[in-house]
Amino acid sequence: MTPYGSFTFFFIVAILLAPTIILGLQGKRFQTYNMFVTILALGLIFSSTLRGAIALILFTIWQVLLIKSYIAYRKKANGNSIFYLAVILSILPLALSKLMPYFSQVNLIGFLGISYLTFKGIQLIMETRDGLIKKDIPLSRLLYFILFFPTISSGPIDRYRRFEKNFQAEVTADQYKLLLYQGINKIFQGFLYKYIIGYSINHFFIAKLRFYAHSQFEHQLYYMYSYSLYLFFDFAGYSAFAIGVSYIMGIKSPENFNLPFISRNIKDFWNRWHMSLSFWFRDFVYMRFVFWIMKKKWIKNRNLVSNLGYILLFLLMGIWHGLEIQYILYGIYHALLMVIYNSFERFNKKHKWWPQNKFTHAVAIIITFHFVCFGFYIFSGQLFHKGV
Amino acid sequence: MEFINEIITLLAEICQDDIVKENPDIDLFDAGLLDSFGTIELLVQVEERFGIMVPISEFDRDLWNTPNSIALQLADWK
Repeated sequence: MTPYGSFTFFFIVAILLAPTIILGLQGKRFQTYNMFVTILALGLIFSSTLRGAIALILFTIWQVLLIKSYIAYRKKANGNSIFYLAVILSILPLALSKLMPYFSQVNLIGFLGISYLTFKGIQLIMETRDGLIKKDIPLSRLLYFILFFPTISSGPIDRYRRFEKNFQAEVTADQYKLLLYQGINKIFQGFLYKYIIGYSINHFFIAKLRFYAHSQFEHQLYYMYSYSLYLFFDFAGYSAFAIGVSYIMGIKSPENFNLPFISRNIKDFWNRWHMSLSFWFRDFVYMRFVFWIMKKKWIKNRNLVSNLGYILLFLLMGIWHGLEIQYILYGIYHALLMVIYNSFERFNKKHKWWPQNKFTHAVAIIITFHFVCFGFYIFSGQLFHKGV
Repeated sequence: MEFINEIITLLAEICQDDIVKENPDIDLFDAGLLDSFGTIELLVQVEERFGIMVPISEFDRDLWNTPNSIALQLADWK
């Protein structure tokens, strides 16, 4: 069963979470019950594909063994090669699942959510390396974090130390009432975004584009803007469901969107669009890369270091979406935009060429919007499908 | 106190703006004075000048947002 894909799913989740809500409203602890719910919900989500369920179980065992061994190792030593090896082994299942379709008919390794779960594994290893996770994590809690069902299929990507804080917090009845209220609110926002606005854009506009567009160019242009809006409402709606259900379970999963279409520039956009993903790449790819280069003093030119970091980040982000040409081009496109914007920002800091006022702010939003939509147009793969 | 001043001077160098000294409670990220790159420059400099090693994932923008709060966090890490 696809998470948040049908009324039945919401109905079952509502029944499963009724005891959580009753416990929460009485100010009692409910995380043990939530762990039990997670097992049931996972059974429900993966019941339709046995292959997917087996892949998920094997993947989880692999990551748990890896994380547990690395934490044990890190208590005694801190070698570079062991750290790199652990990261590579953590990425391995995802890499194989992306490559497999090119070699075999059936993908034995992939399952719904593998791309998102991998982030959690790598993150745990990196924070252990940094000395931020010192103590052994109880197996049940590690499994609960990795497999937390509201966010299993497409995030938002949570961080372990944040998750643990919520997990251990004593929630009073009043605090829970607020969480419940916010959670329900988000779920209804999700219905509005995904099933009313997103659905309408797709059903009444994108599917009927041939009646609106008079030429091939017009068709592509309309598609570009409507697809961008559809993508936002569909994904932001999904995220609202995932965050809302998390809240009801006492876990404040991070936000994924913050009005991305009013971004002033491309940097601002990446602080507002699919935030849990872009922040992950920022913290675990870009910043680490820049830190490493600066500390070793390999490249003196700060602008160059920063640009190389952006190129690395967005290429990886593109590849993470998939190995198809449109995703890689999407990554290159955003890397280019960031490099160009970065140079512009530096130029402008010196020469104050672009003043800051209400008018330039509005112009900046409009320009950014069109560049962003063109990015989604590449992402959609429409460019590579003939005969629309 | 001296330590806090040294950190604020360092931040003013990295942000290339003396407003950091004038208003040590300004939100550096909201004001566009500090970004990911600036953050790394800060962490590298802090390690070189003061010998304080702060892991990147410890740098939470909600807690390390103003010159004063950054100085206080660093004092904790010392």
